[in-house]
Amino acid sequence: MSLAVGCRARPGKSRDNKTGSWRVFKPSFNREKCTQCGLCVTLCPEGCVHETEEGFVAPDYTYCKGCGICAEECPGEAIEMKQEEK
Amino acid sequence: MMEITEGSHAVADAVRLCRPQVISAYPITPQTHIVEALAEMVANCQLDAEYITVENELSALSACIGASAAGSRTYSATTSQGLALMFEVCFNAAGMRLPIVMSIANRALGAPLSIWNDQQDSISLRDSGWLQFYAEDNQEATDLHYLAYRVAEDHSVLLPAFVCFDGFILSHTYEPIDMLSQEDIDKFLPKFTPYERLDAADPISFGMYATPDYYLEFRYEMDRALKGSKAIIQKAGKEFGQMFGRDYSAMVEGYRLEDAETAIVAVGSICGTTKDAIDEMRDEGKKVGLLKIRVFRPFPTEDVAKALAHVKRVAVLDKNISLGAKGAVALEVKDALYGSSIPVKDYIIGLGGRDVRKKDIKAIVALIEKGEGDMFYGLRREVL
Repeated sequence: MSLAVGCRARPGKSRDNKTGSWRVFKPSFNREKCTQCGLCVTLCPEGCVHETEEGFVAPDYTYCKGCGICAEECPGEAIEMKQEEK
Repeated sequence: MMEITEGSHAVADAVRLCRPQVISAYPITPQTHIVEALAEMVANCQLDAEYITVENELSALSACIGASAAGSRTYSATTSQGLALMFEVCFNAAGMRLPIVMSIANRALGAPLSIWNDQQDSISLRDSGWLQFYAEDNQEATDLHYLAYRVAEDHSVLLPAFVCFDGFILSHTYEPIDMLSQEDIDKFLPKFTPYERLDAADPISFGMYATPDYYLEFRYEMDRALKGSKAIIQKAGKEFGQMFGRDYSAMVEGYRLEDAETAIVAVGSICGTTKDAIDEMRDEGKKVGLLKIRVFRPFPTEDVAKALAHVKRVAVLDKNISLGAKGAVALEVKDALYGSSIPVKDYIIGLGGRDVRKKDIKAIVALIEKGEGDMFYGLRREVL
């Protein structure tokens, strides 16, 4: 990306900022325990947890910062934070 | 046409000729007469501009940022505490690359409270990315506004500019001034063409977020544009000279400097007093000259080094002090002459409106001839 004069940006530019690189702990979703209640989708501050084509939920690891709110809030304890080795 | 006018009113008139579309400012001594005059011009339909009244200087410059981003030629004026309140937005205006022009009627900074002149206010914003022009007299103060818009709005520069002139000493003094006509200025200063502008039909944001992967490069680009503005100043200043007879192509100006042994370096209205003192010292056989610095940012390092290459000693008059170090002008001059054997001494003078007279300039020349300097000149030791 070449620099825009005065750091000017068109709408949607923040998508270029791949916040997934910030992550230390990675959420791992357990399909056996997931009841598809959708709380993680609602509460993810990055808005990156979404419903998959198969009807389950999954985070977009390109943007998931690894904050752990989904794991903390999941009523079925279906999400586990695991340290990510890079 | 020659007119006898108060400095502030001459500046307001020059600003009117630049056809600003939006003005936002907050009155503060000694800048008040400028914005009062402009407000009157807008109210009397002598100037077709939006005059946005605000609650303080932070809002004034913020309003200018919005107006400039929306594609308007924009103007403000302030001094001292008002400029200090604008600190944050000054960096934003420069970082967003908005060519706002702002007059600074230079005044000391509190505490202690002082309404009188020195140059601490604008000098303290030397790192903000704004161009800084300094006027010796009110003729130059008016002319530098035309030049400032022309340079700031050049698409290779796109940075805001201060036009600084000493509070009271110039702002409240009546002098004969050659006021140019609207026709003259329209020829010199083309209509403002924004590089990009806010537009609801094609949304864009200014001054967005830069991660550590990009911030350094943004600052580099600003530095490059500011340094590159030297060539634009030279070109526009020369063109101004060809059109109106006053050449501003040089960022520094020598006075009886060609054969001088002692050079005085100064900024602003003090240059006038210094020239008179030099004439008297020359009559006494002393080889003294002046190097006046008209543009402090970008700093004309090479020009200073070249102009002073032949002298035996340099006395820098600083109407500011970077507390804990030296005067800001002396630091730059020392940098410009680094590696040469020419001694450069600093004299902190005239802070908070203390008068600097011809005899003070002569006393400073006597001091540097003895090798004494890097000092506050004229301290009243009895009160210390």
